[in-house]
Amino acid sequence: MPFEVSDLAELDAPDKEYLWTLNFGPQHPATHTTLRLILTLDGETVVNAVPHIGYLHSGFEKLGEHLDFNQYVTIVDRMNYISPLHNEISWHHAVEKLLGIELTPRCKYLRTILAELMRIQDHLLNTGTCALDLGGFTAFLYFFQQRELIYDIVETASGQRFHTSYTRVGGVAFDVNNAWVNKVRSFVKGFAAVHAEVHRLLTRNRIFIERVKGIGYLSAEDCINMGVTGPLARASGVLRDLRKDEPYLAYPDLDFKVVAAKDGDCYARYLVRMQEMVESIKIIEQCIENIPEGPVNVDAGSKAVIPAKPSVYRSIEGLIQHFEVMMPNRGFPTPKEEIYAATESPNGELGYYIVSDGTPRAYRARTRPPSYIHFAVFPQIIKNHQLSDVVAVLGSLNIIAAELDR
Amino acid sequence: MSAEDALKSKFDGGELAFSQFRDNHRIVVPAAKLFEVLAFLKNEQNFDMLAEVTAVDYLEYEGAKDRFGVVYVIVCTKSGERLVIKTFVNDPEPLLPSVYSLWKSADWLEREVYDMFGIRFSGHPDLRRILTPDEFTAYPLRKDYPLKGRGERHNFPVLTRAES
Repeated sequence: MPFEVSDLAELDAPDKEYLWTLNFGPQHPATHTTLRLILTLDGETVVNAVPHIGYLHSGFEKLGEHLDFNQYVTIVDRMNYISPLHNEISWHHAVEKLLGIELTPRCKYLRTILAELMRIQDHLLNTGTCALDLGGFTAFLYFFQQRELIYDIVETASGQRFHTSYTRVGGVAFDVNNAWVNKVRSFVKGFAAVHAEVHRLLTRNRIFIERVKGIGYLSAEDCINMGVTGPLARASGVLRDLRKDEPYLAYPDLDFKVVAAKDGDCYARYLVRMQEMVESIKIIEQCIENIPEGPVNVDAGSKAVIPAKPSVYRSIEGLIQHFEVMMPNRGFPTPKEEIYAATESPNGELGYYIVSDGTPRAYRARTRPPSYIHFAVFPQIIKNHQLSDVVAVLGSLNIIAAELDR
Repeated sequence: MSAEDALKSKFDGGELAFSQFRDNHRIVVPAAKLFEVLAFLKNEQNFDMLAEVTAVDYLEYEGAKDRFGVVYVIVCTKSGERLVIKTFVNDPEPLLPSVYSLWKSADWLEREVYDMFGIRFSGHPDLRRILTPDEFTAYPLRKDYPLKGRGERHNFPVLTRAES
């Protein structure tokens, strides 16, 4: 709901003088990132909330028009930095769709595993910090220890823990080895015990339930009308998951369920996220034992793909192609077209609208950030809640300011 | 009957241009018909979610005739069908009808397009800048906005379609 001028006048009326205004953020520990809310309070009840955003606006989309398809991956990394690799997978999904590149089976499986690890990573942080903001410190520590293991896995694959810049057009930067596969296996093996532990800590914890149950209700109709997707929409009973509706990567081959709930409150969102982690583990289990052999990158015959290092060093064709892809004044032709492609990110539908003018740089690289759309819902669902519920609702929406502002 | 066929039979003046690229079904709609087409898709074809509103500045695009393209991505959550609706607007006062009355998600999405491109939406309840500060005067995602440079960023030549 937008802030309507008539509301403002009404809130300023003489008989409403007892209302007071609270500036929440931009630097408040419970906002996690730089969000700012102007809350109008009646005692402890929130009667109005106006979000002010843009503190982290850094022109990512403008940069996308000046960097090529491989370079821009380092920028999309920094959008939702809670699950950085998923942004990369999503971005290159859109680019490959534009270029018409079909990935190799090995790459599809590899990216699926990484995407699901990112989903777990995102949900771990979100449920952990949601509990942390409400006073439950232990679950957060358990979950952060698991996140550390995922960082380890990602580091083994890409050499970086956080901003990996791992995917490339038509593949990934390096193939994975057996050590990596074993790391994923041992993570999958150990995860269930920690997950069960946190279930025991939170799911039937009366203090936690009283802070989240019935708070921040969002109906299914509102979800659809306001463009809400992902775990938020599924917690309100909208059965929509792009992994099933518009299958990509290896998802058509896999057996998994779409998790949903009916209540639409913070507790339902917590439960959906917890159960989605279990489904993600199931997906990883299926993938890790069935990673196809063969090359991970698309054949370098496709002009857009960076050739493998041995061929760059040992053959003139490889060297030429490497040069063509890397040098800013060279490049390869791309279709002069526009495309919208979306994937199911941990937060919801993460889409890219790419306009290409025939060069290997996007003419326009638009991100559809789920956080941006979810934060627009906030003023509506916080109305008539207590001040302390602001933290619970913010936690359950999982707003990442870097993605919100770009 | 698919939504595209329904549109063809309802607006049969040949004003709508249908095309497909990969799995994107795209329709180019003249700005004057935009609201009517979107309202028809929302109310009669059950496209209940507006997933995305964005704009493209075609100032430097080879062969483009119009200045701005505005893109709407709509989804039917029942069938999973997706349509990409596009329309064109021009200098000096780009103006489109707001679709806030159809989908509430248009609120912030249209505000961002206004903030970044200066395209106004008539009927929007709260059209303010959203990512840049209120006192900001330029529209950063327009192609005539420079990428870097102090001073340059506040004092640069504004280009129009006729001059480019």
